[in-house]
Amino acid sequence: MAPICISSAKPTHAPPRPPPQRTDSWSHWLRRNFFQNAGSAVMTALALWALFVTVPRLVRWAFVNAVWYTQDAADCHAAAGACWAIVPEKYRVMLFGTFPYEEHWRGVLVIAIVLGLSALSTIRRLWSYWLCVAWLVATAAVFTLLLGGVFGLRPIGTHEWGGLPLTLVMFVGTVVGGIPAGILLALGRRSKMPAISALCVGFIEIVRGLPLVTVLFMASLMFPLFMPEGVTIDKFLRAQIAMTLFFAAYAAEVVRGGLQAIPRGQYEAADTVGLNYWQKMTRIILPQVMRIVLPSMMNEIIRAFKNTTFVGIIGLFDVLRATSTAIQDPVWVRYSIEAYLFIFILYFVLCFAMSKYSERVERDLAVGR
Amino acid sequence: MRFIALAAALAGVTAFGLAAVDARADTTLEIVKKRDKVICGANGGRPGFSGLDAKGEWQGIDAETCRAVAAAALGDSKKTQFVKVTSQTRFTALQTSEVDMLTANVTWTLSRDSSLGLDFAAPIFYDGQGLMVRKDLGVKSAKDLDGATVCVEPGSTSEKFVADIFRANGLKYTPVVIEDRKELNNAFFSGRCDVHVQSTSGLSSGRATAASNPDDYVILPEIYGKDPMGPVVRQGDAQWRDIVNWSVYAMMAAEEFGVTSKNVDEMKKSKDADIARLLGTSGQLGKSLGLDNEWAYRIIKQVGNYGEVFERTLGKGSPLKLERGINSQWKNGGLIYAPPFN
Repeated sequence: MAPICISSAKPTHAPPRPPPQRTDSWSHWLRRNFFQNAGSAVMTALALWALFVTVPRLVRWAFVNAVWYTQDAADCHAAAGACWAIVPEKYRVMLFGTFPYEEHWRGVLVIAIVLGLSALSTIRRLWSYWLCVAWLVATAAVFTLLLGGVFGLRPIGTHEWGGLPLTLVMFVGTVVGGIPAGILLALGRRSKMPAISALCVGFIEIVRGLPLVTVLFMASLMFPLFMPEGVTIDKFLRAQIAMTLFFAAYAAEVVRGGLQAIPRGQYEAADTVGLNYWQKMTRIILPQVMRIVLPSMMNEIIRAFKNTTFVGIIGLFDVLRATSTAIQDPVWVRYSIEAYLFIFILYFVLCFAMSKYSERVERDLAVGR
Repeated sequence: MRFIALAAALAGVTAFGLAAVDARADTTLEIVKKRDKVICGANGGRPGFSGLDAKGEWQGIDAETCRAVAAAALGDSKKTQFVKVTSQTRFTALQTSEVDMLTANVTWTLSRDSSLGLDFAAPIFYDGQGLMVRKDLGVKSAKDLDGATVCVEPGSTSEKFVADIFRANGLKYTPVVIEDRKELNNAFFSGRCDVHVQSTSGLSSGRATAASNPDDYVILPEIYGKDPMGPVVRQGDAQWRDIVNWSVYAMMAAEEFGVTSKNVDEMKKSKDADIARLLGTSGQLGKSLGLDNEWAYRIIKQVGNYGEVFERTLGKGSPLKLERGINSQWKNGGLIYAPPFN
């Protein structure tokens, strides 16, 4: 009786496998990313065609035929390309709006202080109480520069503020005032005291239920109607308060999301150690919350920056409104697209920087998680 | 008992509030003098009327009107402050005393005058609605426009006018509705529509600035409607309204009498009784307005007469190159007519 073969192994050698494909060659990379199958090849061809049609035209418009600098709009009219000359011609009004012309250097300093200190604040090594002190000093400096009236600086009313300094002050004010207010609102909403909780819920829901434009209109148009005759509160301040409250309502909901994500055990542990409410919140809960909510909070912050453009509607000259006013000049009105592109780049750079920064902080804070 | 106490407290608060309001019943002139500034609401986005120049300063005939009032009331045309208003916010801004007057090219109509608690002062610019077409269409009158596409601003006077005109003539049209005036101009001059309807001043300034070749376009001879535009003040302050009115008239009278910002100092020696009263070298006209006697002299010296202001902001000295047209002096067949300075 022959032995039963139960092995499935083949007695012969397997044929040699082909050598591994080179993955570092150009052709391979192209094939894998752009021509993997018929559909992908068609899409690639279409995209190439679209680029071929638009890019040369764009380059010709934006660079080759563009006029970079001239003081005479007729030069632009004669050229076929973009008229970037509108930016050097109008940048002072675009960036500073109605801010008095001779005092623009003060606006420049304000921009430098706010942007410089913001950049410094992104360096984690510098995070200390000194940074808070620096911000307080900077705030004082910014308002001294903008308002004037001391150290021989000419006084400037808030109605004359405009352009990038206005946008930045409005933005920083909104965020710096709005985040603490938002945290308080979120805590209030979860409070066990019915009056406080009802107030916070009511405020958040009302504000969230309104468009920002309406809130600003209320602040700038309705509010003065309720005031006694002759009493007016500064328009900038009204807009600033409205923006801050609006931001606070959204920030509150972001923080509430974070509060709910903290496990119950953390609260109970803090209670067990005998911490009171504020100790529990500031030392145990909120530090964890802020880490969790950072990405969505940053989202709100970037949105708040872009929302500053709404103040143009109530007659404040933020960067965008100052630009759209500057380009009404009949001589240059034809080249508004170039001016808007410049502002687009300005906003993009600032927002992109914020978003990159938030990414880095997220990465840093996630260490050990 | 508690209820009575509460009621008493409420009554007290109300009385206090009323008293506080009473104490503030200052006239606009007093408020302006105390503040040492005239605050004007202006549009800021209409070249020639009001807008920012390269230095961020307000320019245009509306801004100049505000400066004239400041020169009359406060002695210095620079003592002005401008608040940007839109067509939605302008009346509220005036009603709430955020501004002392509107110089925002508001059209004077009966319903606005009677229902808003506002008073319209002397018009500084007369306008009407017109139609503009490309010359090569060969259109001679609005009656030739059957089936045309019309570029129009939504919610504007023009939108109503165009509907009326075409209905009255029994013609069909397709509206192309674009909110932004600048975009509207672009749309028309790039051939998006056949007809552009707007105020005639808007049409000619659009043609002068946005068209690649202004000579390719004609404004049809028919002018529809009336758009008298002037400063607006709050109702119930006759003195302030008089000051604004006569500041405007002073500029108009100065042009009529040939007084300009250049020759006003020599004109002070003039024997002409009209000029002497206008410039305050005889009579007490300023006093009756609650101002000093040099008020009109300062307006002419610091701002200029109506003709100078018009040419500087809208006319030959400006990029808009508007014709005086119906905004000529009455002696030249226009509507600019100042009542006598007596």
